[in-house]
Amino acid sequence: MKVDVIMPQMGESIQEGTVVRWLKKVGDRVKRDEPILEISTDKVDAEIPSPAAGVLAEIKVAEGKTVEIKTALAAIETEAEAGAAASAGGAPAASASEPAKSAASPARAEKASPAPPPRAEKQADGDSTPQRESSPATPAAPAQRRTEPGTREERLRTRSSPLVRRMAQEHDVDITTLAGTGISGRVTKKDFEAYLQGGGSPAAAPALAPAVAFTPGERTKRETLSVMRRKIAEHMVVSKRTSAHVHSFFEVDYSAVDKIRKEKKDAFLDRHGVKLTYLPFILVAVVDALKAFPSLNASVDGEALIYKKDINLGVAVALDWGLIVPVIKNAEEKNLAGLAKATADLAERARAKKLLPDEVQGGTFTITNPGVFGSMFGTPIINQPQLAILGVGTIEKRVKVVEDAIAIRTMGYLSIGFDHRIIDGAVADQFVSHIKKLLENFDPRLV
Amino acid sequence: MPNLAPPLDCSPAAAAREGTPLLVRYLGRVPYGEGLRIQEELVESRQRGETDTLLLLEHPRVVTLGRGANPGHLLMTREEMRRRGVEVFETGRGGDVTYHGPGQLVGYPILLLPPSRRDLHRLLRDVEEVLLGVASDFAIEAQRVEGLTGIWVGREKLAAIGMRVSRWVTSHGFALNVSTDLSGFDLIVPCGIRGRGVTSLSRLLGREVAMREAAVSAARHFARVFGYAPARLEESHA
Repeated sequence: MKVDVIMPQMGESIQEGTVVRWLKKVGDRVKRDEPILEISTDKVDAEIPSPAAGVLAEIKVAEGKTVEIKTALAAIETEAEAGAAASAGGAPAASASEPAKSAASPARAEKASPAPPPRAEKQADGDSTPQRESSPATPAAPAQRRTEPGTREERLRTRSSPLVRRMAQEHDVDITTLAGTGISGRVTKKDFEAYLQGGGSPAAAPALAPAVAFTPGERTKRETLSVMRRKIAEHMVVSKRTSAHVHSFFEVDYSAVDKIRKEKKDAFLDRHGVKLTYLPFILVAVVDALKAFPSLNASVDGEALIYKKDINLGVAVALDWGLIVPVIKNAEEKNLAGLAKATADLAERARAKKLLPDEVQGGTFTITNPGVFGSMFGTPIINQPQLAILGVGTIEKRVKVVEDAIAIRTMGYLSIGFDHRIIDGAVADQFVSHIKKLLENFDPRLV
Repeated sequence: MPNLAPPLDCSPAAAAREGTPLLVRYLGRVPYGEGLRIQEELVESRQRGETDTLLLLEHPRVVTLGRGANPGHLLMTREEMRRRGVEVFETGRGGDVTYHGPGQLVGYPILLLPPSRRDLHRLLRDVEEVLLGVASDFAIEAQRVEGLTGIWVGREKLAAIGMRVSRWVTSHGFALNVSTDLSGFDLIVPCGIRGRGVTSLSRLLGREVAMREAAVSAARHFARVFGYAPARLEESHA
């Protein structure tokens, strides 16, 4: 019988490993516990021993590939055919990789999302695709979700440890609504702490590079690009060719925003049903700045500059299978809560593939948030035919000199990518400076 | 600098942790290839049930590449390096490129991790804890930087870590700049991280720090963090 060799979890916080070197070839005889490959995680290399004696029948993951823990790396054909020993292997790659990707929002946690409707491809049309790719397209669509155990009790048990459950009880949080990064999607203590720190917004599930399954003997694998990926590719190249991209960076002290968030997040959630994240604050500031600097809310048409009265904000959303930029129409008519609700609604429907074509068109300015994945700041590509794009870097506590004293402040970088054909550095920098000032002195009455 | 310092302790010390004693051996200056060979032997004997060992040593000038290394992080060709008397090794530890040279305290723990410690991140954090302890012995406030294994003083790296485990027996380890000639790092982009520098105890303190002083401190903190009884380690070189 066949026994899988799986990528072991060599530490609580370790979620993936890279196959560095196969020490055995397909067809080689291996002893139980004999090292058959080397993997690398972070700054440690490790040898993986064979789970059984037999012959290496199949290598499923090529050297240099990084896969999630529990992914089957190889199969060993055991000597004793008779043995009914259960496979030591973990779940197959596809299902094992799901939980970690599975959703951040309660809506997604409660049910499996079906295979993408055909309309999904259309969403990539038009001006839907700015910015760097956050996750490579997953060609084999993430259709099958891990089957959720039936009862809430079971789910709680399978998705958390007793410690985490106790913490959840203390904080009165429903664990089933959190995305876990632990084994099989368990909510770990770290996830829970991140959840609490993030002001109660579920940690964004990291978009993960999909595993590529090579068959034995295969050195490369050819795969036709999805329609969405082709659109993204075309759009990025056209944008780079069209606009004279320049980027500038500002550091913003979010301490004032942070204070407001801490004070109002519970009431805000009660009243509006969405989490009070940093994003709506930024959106409010951006709308104000766009009013003050209308050339950033414009586009070029031949030899003319078209100013737009409406402020339609595109907010880039990373998907497991690409990225999309839903647009908040007439953002200038919305207050902070309205912007927060619109963002949450669009992001959720983007992930559920339920956006209407109209909702990804007509953007006049785009905001992208590489900070979600920990990036300090991005150098985003302009979403044509717009003239500028704002990148929001990760927001974290940093040491800052305040009035000649060293202080701990909640800081983050903003990057502006602008088209120097039309917008000069002075204007772009004044624009971001305006946003910075608003954020650093945010008026609590706006929340 | 003591080139061939006497052993700190060649006797099995501290039969503390789960019945496993720790042997701390100070080897003086050892060519990198020789160091690899000693480690291989010790890993094998540890897997056969011999005692845990912490090797402390220095290497002559050498640049090593972990398996994850990007050759672009070598700033000159291997031939040029050899001409300058710097060896180049590809080696089976985790991590990118690093430099070793005289004045750098290299520690290779050859331990069988007990089941409760079989966590690679914990291993790295524990080794960092050892190094933070050493820095604090010299009244230096070093810190961890999330995502950048090693220990740092400001934006400069004081010690690097790159390890390997085979069936939970550890090898390779850490490299702490005690009085290292830091120009050696100009040969490479240390650990593949651009935009950050390197530093040493001597530079931070503005005085020459003896290798032995750092080694004693490292042995003591290692025993503390990894749960071996410290007493005999301290006595042995008093």
